[in-house]
Amino acid sequence: MSSMTKEKQQRTAVLQGTLDMLILRTLIYGAAHGHQIGKHIQRTTNDFLQMQHGSLYPALHRLEKRGWVVSKWETSPDRKREFKYYRLTEKGRKQLVAEESQWRQMTEAVARVMWPTAEGS
Amino acid sequence: MGWWRVGKRDADLERELRSDLELEEEEQRENGLPPEEARYAAKRAFGNPGLIREQTRTVWSWNWMESLARDLRFGLRSLSRAPGFTFVAVVVIALGIGANVALFTVVRSVLLKPLPFRDPDRLVLMYEYEPDRPHHTPWLPVDAGSFWDWQRATQSVAQMAMVSPFQGYIVSSEAGKLPEQVDAAWCTGNFLSLLGVQPVLGRGFTADDDRPGATATAVLSASFWKRRYGADPAIVGKTIMLDAKPYTIIGVLPPSFVYSGSFGGNTVQVWTPVRHEAPAFLLQTYGDHEFQVVARLAPGVTLAALESQLAALQKQIKAAHPEPAVHPRVIGRTMLDDAVQNYKTPLYALLAATGCVLLIACMNVAGLIIARAASRNKELAIRAALGGGRLRLMRERLIESLLLSAAGGALGMLLAWGALAWLIHMRQDMNRVEAIRIDGVVAAFTVGIIVLCALSSGLISAISAGTKNLLAGLQEGSRSHSGGTTRAMLRRVLLAIEVGLTVVLLVGAGLLLKSFERLRSADIGVPINNTLTLRLGLPDARYSEPRKRVAFFEQLIAGVRALPGVSGAGLVTAAPGEGWNGDTNFTIVEHPPLPSGQGLDFMLRGTEPGYFSAIGLPVLKGRVFRQAERLERANVVLISRGAAQQYFPGEDPIGKHIKDIGGNGVWEVIGVVGDVRWNIAQPPLPTLYWPIYGNGYNFATVVVRAPHDVESLAVPVQKIVAQLDPELPVWGVMTLREAIGKSTADSEFDSILVMGFAVIALVLAAAGLYGVLAYLVAQRTAEFGIRIALGARREHVLRKVLVDGMRPALAGLIIGLISSAASVHLIRSILYETQPFDPAVFTSVAGLLLFVATAACLVPAWRAASLDPVQALRNE
Repeated sequence: MSSMTKEKQQRTAVLQGTLDMLILRTLIYGAAHGHQIGKHIQRTTNDFLQMQHGSLYPALHRLEKRGWVVSKWETSPDRKREFKYYRLTEKGRKQLVAEESQWRQMTEAVARVMWPTAEGS
Repeated sequence: MGWWRVGKRDADLERELRSDLELEEEEQRENGLPPEEARYAAKRAFGNPGLIREQTRTVWSWNWMESLARDLRFGLRSLSRAPGFTFVAVVVIALGIGANVALFTVVRSVLLKPLPFRDPDRLVLMYEYEPDRPHHTPWLPVDAGSFWDWQRATQSVAQMAMVSPFQGYIVSSEAGKLPEQVDAAWCTGNFLSLLGVQPVLGRGFTADDDRPGATATAVLSASFWKRRYGADPAIVGKTIMLDAKPYTIIGVLPPSFVYSGSFGGNTVQVWTPVRHEAPAFLLQTYGDHEFQVVARLAPGVTLAALESQLAALQKQIKAAHPEPAVHPRVIGRTMLDDAVQNYKTPLYALLAATGCVLLIACMNVAGLIIARAASRNKELAIRAALGGGRLRLMRERLIESLLLSAAGGALGMLLAWGALAWLIHMRQDMNRVEAIRIDGVVAAFTVGIIVLCALSSGLISAISAGTKNLLAGLQEGSRSHSGGTTRAMLRRVLLAIEVGLTVVLLVGAGLLLKSFERLRSADIGVPINNTLTLRLGLPDARYSEPRKRVAFFEQLIAGVRALPGVSGAGLVTAAPGEGWNGDTNFTIVEHPPLPSGQGLDFMLRGTEPGYFSAIGLPVLKGRVFRQAERLERANVVLISRGAAQQYFPGEDPIGKHIKDIGGNGVWEVIGVVGDVRWNIAQPPLPTLYWPIYGNGYNFATVVVRAPHDVESLAVPVQKIVAQLDPELPVWGVMTLREAIGKSTADSEFDSILVMGFAVIALVLAAAGLYGVLAYLVAQRTAEFGIRIALGARREHVLRKVLVDGMRPALAGLIIGLISSAASVHLIRSILYETQPFDPAVFTSVAGLLLFVATAACLVPAWRAASLDPVQALRNE
């Protein structure tokens, strides 16, 4: 972990457009700051989805601008200092549902092409 | 969102990144990394903070602003590197925009803005109309007799008021204020309330004021109240002496109130109730037309409906009163049309002219930008090759033209402001000139025009650049002999259009100038040099006795004649060019009676015996009045030549008799004099002269003639008047030449302005021609050099370039002549004795344009022909 390795490069960059959905999904569990969100996504995918945390911030601000999340400076319970916490809005919740179903349709469609099942042939 | 929020948002982002980065660092340390390494690891995990900041900022979309600011800076810098180009372009645009904004302001304020009355779109003016005997205007004033009938019959569909805005009073001197003459109007009691005008002080008229036996009342205009009474807040209830009779001032009108009728009224300063003021005869007659009728249509009633109802009524009136002076028909128009109809054609013509100038200016600037782009050809090609987006390059072009247009617009706005101030000063005679104001709509119009200007000139040039592929640009750059043909083609088309518009403007200007020239040289009937006129009136209250008036007039004229330097002096009720001033029907005793309803008409003038020789009106036959022919012996008349020809064809009018001139008695024709015009723009009408010593006249124009410096006699004449009666004001002091100049001011104004625009257009078009050709020659220097080196004759080169340049000019000339022919009829109504298809104007415009175009092309052509081939080739 100490230097740039081949292993890192093999990890997949987050698919364009899915990052928003991942962030929204992460916020379902409650408010979180940028670092937590990044860590969560990374950890949940077993480090498969690698991103530089920095690329999160444009996405977070974009979501805020669209009104899907709201932000507030709050004191973290364990670190005793202020972080900028993001929270899902009602609009964001709806957006998540929409994106999720879209994503499901897409992966199913891709899957049908890639791995045709018995009933499909 | 404002700029101030940006700083806050940046600080917030900074704090967010820092806190999260510190957390990452802490976690790395907690994982056991040494502090130094932990910091690096955290930074690596985060990525490039500058990029993050940049990308996050983009989210908040201030980026386009920033890049716009960058482009603006870039544009400003590149313009400031070409100050000559920038200056010319800005001035050209400023001229175009300035003229347009000024004219638009006038058109909007005068022609389009509703009148400042309540529900102004329901206000109409009703006139009488005489289809069989054409007058100089179809809109004939109304007689009181008809008005009362109209008012009674149409109560359910319209309210009607009557106004006579051609009246005047002499205000007596009081407490240090000099006596003066004021323009006045008589109106029915409901006139002001019908318009919805509320006095700012006191009250308006009521029906009770508007009857013969009422206390005399007057309402003052705001300007008169301010000027003569210093805006005295306690003016209501005070007395004003009008024509030496006391009137109670009951109200002061708001400053915004101006009555702008087609027969004048915008100078009225005192309003009085008509039934109290007008003589009983005038209030009953159907034959004397001294009034305008203003009607407010009831909701749902149209002008046409009122017109047809009144037409039927007027037919009955004519049947009941078949006298020739009673008019048979009725026509109406909206109050706004009544006020400004006469200005519509000239103002729209001027607006069209300025529109042409703006178009030409835009095209010229587009041409300049194209030429400049050509010289930056290589730079642009390289930038495109290095990945400069085409859109971005185009945007630069647009921003450049936007900067030019905005600067031009700002300068143009200043020009417009100055032009409007000048125009308002020059055209105080114009109806609604007081309404001219630069307002929000005008500002919006200016912005719109700037954007339009920027888009048109920017897009034309951007498109012309966009059509070229960049490889060609780079290659062309390496050998410039066949350079920029596409651009040149586009510029040629622009030029042809420019020349076409210029031709249209020149033709319009030529016609207007010719018309003005005709008007100015029109013969009013008497010599106009060194003649001074002054008007005065004798108030009835102090000069009720006819003998007293005659005595005053006699003493006055004797005194004036005795002044040193006076070569002649006379009295007349209206000098030539001084206006309509009354006409009369009559019958000729010796002729068989005319069929019922038909009559003969004379302009009517009272004169004293010396008038004819004083003003230089030739006596063609017979004699003038004798001193003794006055008062009850004033039964002699002179007629004009036109009257003699029209009413006594083939016979000698001398010794014939006429009657029914507004009274009993018979008058003998004793002489025939020359024709004069009552208005310089109108043909002479048959005129009757009868003695001013008698016949009830209580006003006169003093005509003074001197060998030189006649203006210097005004004060001595006024002193004589003051010596005879210090209560008498003298007004209308001007030379005959000035009076005529005043009535030709319209025509002069229109023709000079259009000429000015045409000259600007011509200069721009010539500059455009020269520019394109000079550019082409510069591009083809090498080619010409080679040709000359190979033995081409210099005349050939000259001719070739000349023909090249003249082609768009010729195309433009043809386009222009055709469009002129199609559009000149639009200004027919403002032309005086000039046909729209005046061959002389069309040929001289064509000649002038060819001359200027040749001159503009000759310089570059000559330069091409006199190239030194060695020099030309070496420069490559």
